[in-house]
Amino acid sequence: MTAPTTLFEKIWRQHRIVERDDGQALLWIDRHLCHEGSFHAFDKLARSGRKVRRPDLTFAIADHYVPTRDRAAGARDPEIATMIRLLGENAAANRVRLFGLDDPDQGIVHVVAPELGLTQPGATLVCGDSHTSTHGAFGALAFGIGASEVAHVLATQSLWQKRPRTLRIAVDGRLGAHVTAKDLILAVIARIGADGAAGHVVEYAGEAVRALSMEARMTVCNMTIEAGGRAGMIAPDDTTLNWLHGRRYAPKGADWDAAVADWRGLASDPEAAFDREVALDAAGIAPTVTWGTSPEHALPVTATVPDPSNEPDSGRRAALEAALSYMELTPGTPLVGIAVDQVFIGSCTNARLDDLRAAAAVLKDRRAAVPVMVVPGSSAVKRAAEVEGLDRVFRDAGAEWLESGCSMCAATNGDMVAPGKRCASTTNRNFRGRQGPGSRTHLMSPAMAAAAAVTGRITDVRELA
Amino acid sequence: MTPFDTLTAPAVPLRLANVDTDQLLPGRFLRKPRSDGYDNYLFHDVRRDADGALRPDFPLNDPRWAGAPILVADRNFGGGSSREGAVYALVDAGIRAVIAPSFGDIFYSNAIKNGLLPIRLPVEAIERLWQIAEVDPSAPLTVDLAAQTVRPANGEPVGFEIDPFHKSCLLAGTDDIDLTLEHADAISAFERSDRAARPWRAPAG
Repeated sequence: MTAPTTLFEKIWRQHRIVERDDGQALLWIDRHLCHEGSFHAFDKLARSGRKVRRPDLTFAIADHYVPTRDRAAGARDPEIATMIRLLGENAAANRVRLFGLDDPDQGIVHVVAPELGLTQPGATLVCGDSHTSTHGAFGALAFGIGASEVAHVLATQSLWQKRPRTLRIAVDGRLGAHVTAKDLILAVIARIGADGAAGHVVEYAGEAVRALSMEARMTVCNMTIEAGGRAGMIAPDDTTLNWLHGRRYAPKGADWDAAVADWRGLASDPEAAFDREVALDAAGIAPTVTWGTSPEHALPVTATVPDPSNEPDSGRRAALEAALSYMELTPGTPLVGIAVDQVFIGSCTNARLDDLRAAAAVLKDRRAAVPVMVVPGSSAVKRAAEVEGLDRVFRDAGAEWLESGCSMCAATNGDMVAPGKRCASTTNRNFRGRQGPGSRTHLMSPAMAAAAAVTGRITDVRELA
Repeated sequence: MTPFDTLTAPAVPLRLANVDTDQLLPGRFLRKPRSDGYDNYLFHDVRRDADGALRPDFPLNDPRWAGAPILVADRNFGGGSSREGAVYALVDAGIRAVIAPSFGDIFYSNAIKNGLLPIRLPVEAIERLWQIAEVDPSAPLTVDLAAQTVRPANGEPVGFEIDPFHKSCLLAGTDDIDLTLEHADAISAFERSDRAARPWRAPAG
């Protein structure tokens, strides 16, 4: 009888090549995803005269710099065009499969890899992007790494990691009407803080989590990094297997059966111990929006802008005051009714088909009062949405229906919120200047963003529906 | 990378929490080649006002702390994006050590890889370091990595924790790819046995 172990521990043990006495382990990496930003790492690799060890486990996808308009014309800015070109050149030089600007499967790396079945339960997956935590939704151990680590994985297909601590976040009960995975994860971050899960791998559990679709699970795991977590994970179950079966890179035939037999054993054992536990009641979560400059600055939409004078700690008080000053908000103002200048529906957090359906359901037969950009998470999501007629709903409402990429979430391709403008956004970060210098971001779910589009103000979607 | 041993130098106090990597290096500079020198982009937007002029109230713009290679900040320093450029910007601007109550995990790891020493200290110790730097901007701190201490001039040393592996990498200035390749046989053996145990793991298609 072996001691009960967690999902994380099972994957860690299965991938450990070497473990040093000081607790550092060299882990085997099953999947490595690259994007345009990986050029620093490819440069480093080339300078050292090394090659990619396992090109067959490495996939390059253009997302951060791709234009969302006039794609046939390519990127207008020469520096941006160079970034896209370099990814193609580096992929070709290293025999890595490229999903470039013109590929029908191009899209945001964290949308495309699951869609193609590259993301699998029990696997280790890394990418030079913090939102790699997304892939943990399948019961994979997935995390973002920096350029030096990208170069290390390219050269060795392995990575040194210090064993993280484990945190289980159990969300019991059921989410209310119009309350989504985005609201759930914003509520979690508000509860534990933007560094609340630092040094931890988070496993999400409980009735409300089990009830989530794969898309919704990806939204939750995606934003684990906004609580500082190393990775977020959800144990694989029938929802996972049904979603994965038949996808291009998923195992086929007898391999599928063998894989499923392995994956069925991954869930944390019932008595497994976690270093920390947090419990939330799903019924207590309302549609949630951020008011400040950190994802931890999140409140139910029914709340008012907080008053820093209620904060006893002088450092925290100063931070709240600075956030309110940047956001140009006054304490006590109801969140409902704050006027927005524009709406962005997109990103690796909330631009999958389910997300677009939720936004379209609110916008159907309505007109947007402010400019709205809809950027599908992948080219495949875009096509699927068009088959359902969602593009017509968005266009009829006055929204722009655009090509897939990171766009205004990372603001690296030139899609930016103008200085001083306020954006209702389905993205993951409301940092100062994240969506462009001087931009002001309010994070919310796709349905809430669509509701804001209709009224031009932050709106409780439950009142509109 | 430059090995880190001991450093005795002034510190710049940055009483800010959640200094995310977007603040350290705005996304639009990520496409710049490293050879440009990322110091030009460090805190690019935060240190300027709406008209692009340097804000005198931002500590890194203050001539009293000009050239100070130690940064003392509040909790969750370097949270957010995995961009290693945030570390390049600090390193290229001459910062050798950052002291804060907590760091973003990916930033912390990126810092180690580039010879930038991240030091976690309790909030009370940070408060004392801020006060010392504010009262006398030229007051030196001594960071001793081997001893794992931070000592203000005329003060008691404060100990800090660091992973032994990270410590040895910083002290030696080693490239960890070289270090990993010492385990080349173990990697190859793992590769073979894993393929035999889980042949279905290879991407199909």
